[in-house]
Amino acid sequence: MRMLRHALTLAAILLLFAALVLAMLDLPMPDTPLAGITQRHLGDSGVSHPVTAVLLNFRAYDTLLEIGVLLLAAFGTLALRMASDETPIPTASNADSVLTGLVHLLVPLMVMLSGYLLWAGSHRPGGAFQAGAVLAAAGLLLRLIGYWRPPLPPSVLMRAGLLLGFLVFLTVVLAAPLSGAVLATYPQAWASELILVIETALTLSIALVLLSLFGAESGAMQR
Amino acid sequence: MSIELLYALTGAALFVLGLHALVVHAHLLRKILAFNIMGSGIFLVLVGLAQRSGITDPVAQALVLTGIVVAVSASALALALMRRLYALSGTITLDESD
Repeated sequence: MRMLRHALTLAAILLLFAALVLAMLDLPMPDTPLAGITQRHLGDSGVSHPVTAVLLNFRAYDTLLEIGVLLLAAFGTLALRMASDETPIPTASNADSVLTGLVHLLVPLMVMLSGYLLWAGSHRPGGAFQAGAVLAAAGLLLRLIGYWRPPLPPSVLMRAGLLLGFLVFLTVVLAAPLSGAVLATYPQAWASELILVIETALTLSIALVLLSLFGAESGAMQR
Repeated sequence: MSIELLYALTGAALFVLGLHALVVHAHLLRKILAFNIMGSGIFLVLVGLAQRSGITDPVAQALVLTGIVVAVSASALALALMRRLYALSGTITLDESD
């Protein structure tokens, strides 16, 4: 019975793969010139890299919702961690000395790299998400040597930092309908400055969200 | 067959492999990993198909960037849920009963 079920599953999966391959071999060349449209409006967007322009200007609404999803995951994980009861993780007293020395060298470099990635997003691959990820990695390294831990329940500063990116982005996106334009329209002259401000707030928030997701304490630590 | 189409077909293969592992395994961690592999396959399909014409499509690449971030946070939430389930019930293998 189990063999039959496994055989049927395998057959269904292989059929699906064949269907996907046939569909992809059969795709027509794209005739919606999204790349061309993006290139033409790139000058108005405030940045000179097309992917950043798409993420933070042309499809800013999607990025706003993405930050919302990140926040939801952070809230859920923090709530679950606060309810849990597990054993603590290494503290400064029992951290490895080689790791500690390496982290002392690495963390300043990572903070600098994060700042560069944030600024470079306007003209080459980079931007808020990459910078936030590097910053979160630096924070996780600090947590591994016991230097600092994201506190549970989150402190006021932590909560403010988590919400800052979403609130700044939401304010800028909602400012346009309040003055009569379509949602998420940036004023032409301030587009690049606005994008930089949004990206800075996003970097901080994304770093804190990733830290909460992967480095939060268990509730047992607080009792 | 162009190189971009090869990327897309590899993405389809990853998706199908992940789907098989998701269906077959009962261990929750393996299911979460299989889900991640399915997501990576879909990203590969998007990026491969975005390069078929002369210029790469920036909208598809932005979609993949968004998708990667959402997949990472969803995986973290899934892992937190799995650990809580383990703490509450003592097992992270789904029942094999039909």
